[in-house]
Amino acid sequence: MARRATPEINAGSMADIAFLLLIFFLVTTTMDVDTGIIRRLPPPVETPEDIKIKERNVMNVLVNKNDRLLVNGRPGDIRTLKDEAKKFMTPVVPDNPSYPETEVKSIPLMGDIHTSKGVISLKNDRGTSYDIYIRVQNELARAFNELRDELSLRYFGVRFSSLTNEDQIKAINEAVPIRISEAEPENIGDN
Amino acid sequence: MSKFKTKKTKGQAAINTSSLPDIIFMLLFFFMVTTVMREVTLKVKVKLPSATEVQKLEKKALVSYIYIGPPTNTMFGTESRIQLNDQFARVRDIPEFIAREREARNEADRGFITTSLKVHYETKMGVVTDVKQEMRKSGAFRINYSTLKAQPTAAR
Repeated sequence: MARRATPEINAGSMADIAFLLLIFFLVTTTMDVDTGIIRRLPPPVETPEDIKIKERNVMNVLVNKNDRLLVNGRPGDIRTLKDEAKKFMTPVVPDNPSYPETEVKSIPLMGDIHTSKGVISLKNDRGTSYDIYIRVQNELARAFNELRDELSLRYFGVRFSSLTNEDQIKAINEAVPIRISEAEPENIGDN
Repeated sequence: MSKFKTKKTKGQAAINTSSLPDIIFMLLFFFMVTTVMREVTLKVKVKLPSATEVQKLEKKALVSYIYIGPPTNTMFGTESRIQLNDQFARVRDIPEFIAREREARNEADRGFITTSLKVHYETKMGVVTDVKQEMRKSGAFRINYSTLKAQPTAAR
């Protein structure tokens, strides 16, 4: 058989085909990284019972339907909430009745340290806006994160967010647990 | 033969475009790999609030979404509504939705399903609280309040 030169395939339109596919994926792509505040809901309770927690161990944060704050019975401000929460959750030794009780926990890698028994109770109205709710959650999270950062810096020399060792993360989690309790919703008045 | 050539129009030399497809393919593969197809068509307006202390949501396959916000079509009113999958829903539809989501996942992963709430920032907490109560009853305890990431220094 006579040797014939294989005819070259015209690849000029390859780019066009690739472009078509490219444009399709460009249009359908959503590159948003989903971020948010991750929380754990408590398991449901049949009849909400009053759990006796000493009053000094609770910081009450109420948000009403006009998005105004009431912190421990006094009008509060979102701008000072973080500092208040942080001050409240910082363990105070020796014992001071105007701050929450402390207990000594022995935590691996950190030894015996004082931890606060304080709980932040968050309650909102049905008419509260989601925006202010998230901002309050955010401020409280910031308070806890700062406490964790401080402890992490003191014991491990790096910020909490840059810890990579599982055990260290666990230790900090145990020393500063995020204790935000959300009250069982009640229907009060009209909204 | 002159030393200085008079500039003659020789015609533009054709640019070699044979590597163009390769470049395009590279881009194409990038987008193919990073693409997450939009899971539902939104029927409610969801403008998320922003927060600074946010965490990244990992394992997207284990996340189910609940959208809450005012309908985009004002024919359905301006009050915030719940959207599950592709349609409007009521609070009482949530247990079924959660059961279905759980059914669709691998048995080993069922305990790690996170429910992400995408809520319009102007929504009243009443409906959100109702949804949360239903989630608690259905055993979906891992919750994520979806927010945008704001810079910590941003003045509020």
